[in-house]
Amino acid sequence: MSVDHITVRKIASLARIAMTDAEVEAMAPELNNILGWIEQLGEVDTAAVEPMTAVIPNTLRLRDDAVTDGNVRDAVLKNAPQAEHGFFAVPKVIE
Amino acid sequence: MTILTDLGIAALRDGVAKGEFSARDVALAFNDAVAGAKALNAFIVETPDHALAAADAADKDRASGTLKPLSGVPIGMKDLFATQGVQTTAASHMLEGFTPQYESTVSGNLWRAGAGMLGKLNLDQFAMGSSNETSFFGNVISPWRRNNGDTTALAPGGSSGGSSSAIAARIVPGATGTDTGGSIRQPAAFTGISGIKPTYGRCSRWGVVAFASSLDQAGPMARDVRDCAILLENMAGFDAKDATSLNLPVPNWEAGLSASLKGKKVGIPKEYRVDGMPAEIEALWEQGINWLKDAGAEIVDVSLPHTKYALPAYYIIAPAEASSNLARYDGVRYGLRDLPDGANLQDMYAATRAAGFGAEVKRRILIGTYVLSAGFYDAYYTQAQKVRTLIARDFDRAWESCDLLLTPTAPSAAFGLGEKSADPLAMYLNDVFTVPTSLAGLPAMSVPGGLDAQGLPLGLQIIGKALDEQSVLNAGLAIEERAGFAARPGKWW
Repeated sequence: MSVDHITVRKIASLARIAMTDAEVEAMAPELNNILGWIEQLGEVDTAAVEPMTAVIPNTLRLRDDAVTDGNVRDAVLKNAPQAEHGFFAVPKVIE
Repeated sequence: MTILTDLGIAALRDGVAKGEFSARDVALAFNDAVAGAKALNAFIVETPDHALAAADAADKDRASGTLKPLSGVPIGMKDLFATQGVQTTAASHMLEGFTPQYESTVSGNLWRAGAGMLGKLNLDQFAMGSSNETSFFGNVISPWRRNNGDTTALAPGGSSGGSSSAIAARIVPGATGTDTGGSIRQPAAFTGISGIKPTYGRCSRWGVVAFASSLDQAGPMARDVRDCAILLENMAGFDAKDATSLNLPVPNWEAGLSASLKGKKVGIPKEYRVDGMPAEIEALWEQGINWLKDAGAEIVDVSLPHTKYALPAYYIIAPAEASSNLARYDGVRYGLRDLPDGANLQDMYAATRAAGFGAEVKRRILIGTYVLSAGFYDAYYTQAQKVRTLIARDFDRAWESCDLLLTPTAPSAAFGLGEKSADPLAMYLNDVFTVPTSLAGLPAMSVPGGLDAQGLPLGLQIIGKALDEQSVLNAGLAIEERAGFAARPGKWW
């Protein structure tokens, strides 16, 4: 399977990473090289094998449905690129 | 007179406890060593005040008879652990200036045990790399050089390359590392130090910048096995804030250390004899086998038939998890924001991530996005997770005939910076011996075995059963005592 420039643009868009034409040009062969190499996994017969879900057997715990954290608004906003009136601020979303 | 920076964790702890020197003198000596080693670029941020404050507390605790397990011991903290009030970057531009308002569980455990912090150690960006050439803050340089007068800057390994370089240069006595596919063990091997990745779930991942959550595991790096045991005891432990944290008591690994391997069977996996492995590494492996025999172990041949598929499976699973984990860097809540004129929200995301991530991080996010995308998910991700089951099963079968495995840690000694960075695949192959263990979540350690003809360190890897760190440490100790590795890099920095 070969990744072309259109596919690179599509996955870059899905991943929300802006790329220039030159970057797309350079990335396509790199991805093909890596994907071509990982394709050898296809030769392993896994018909009767379950996919791994946990490396060490461990049951998910339940805890009491109680508030254990909170009232830290200022700490949460401390590293925000832009915070206004106690909120994260972003460019206008609705026209 | 004792040179304090030549002492390891146990010697510093014991010397402070006995009053042979003060914790403050220790902190001052290491702060000076750190300040004098800028050429290694091992630190992103230096925190001499943190080390001094912990030292003063240790001296006070000694006076009042309330010493803690790591009182008087300053360490380096990989800059992947969130440290309250101290910039935490994961070596990325994305997190440059990010100052956590909270402390990671592992670093908090260490501070509570009395340790002080000398600074935040450089690494491969978001822990993605095997040579420390992907950091936004520049390459870390290994203190080692080839013995033929060649002054080529060598890779300290990665991703915990700041940790390995700083320990080998004796500017920190020990440090934290994290290991996703070999990021503790390979840098330890490259720099002639020891490092252990414990069983997945032993150390909390809470507050550790996430790369691939089903693989990421913190562990200690230090100059010898005992020091690793001491640090690991003070890093590990159950944490309700990490859903995959193991709710088990932390063994007293230091007290349990024993270099006798009587009654232990050590397996030698034939699939690790890869083509093109340097003869010196083959020879070191044979030497390691003889050392373990001498320690009382019985050697058996074992087979791990799916070994060759571990790396390709890893390079699906790790990028897939990374693409998901790194979706959080959106320019909204923390970290970098790049907002071009007139940009809308979507443009801001894309511009921020283009500016904030380095080339290798973008490459892995794109691979991860591709293998998880509609129509490809089963062919890549599900197939990789099935192969992962087979790899874990290989180890389970091996444990029917042995207790431990012995392999080389890496397929080569340290290479020069730039020698492999043009070819991502060649770089990935560095982790061929460490990745299978990561996929299976098993404990594994690298200890120095000797030097190659160029005078560069080579490491041996011991792999153990889940939760059996003690046997791994003991076999490491058996090798350490017989290898008598005392080589250290000459100071040029």
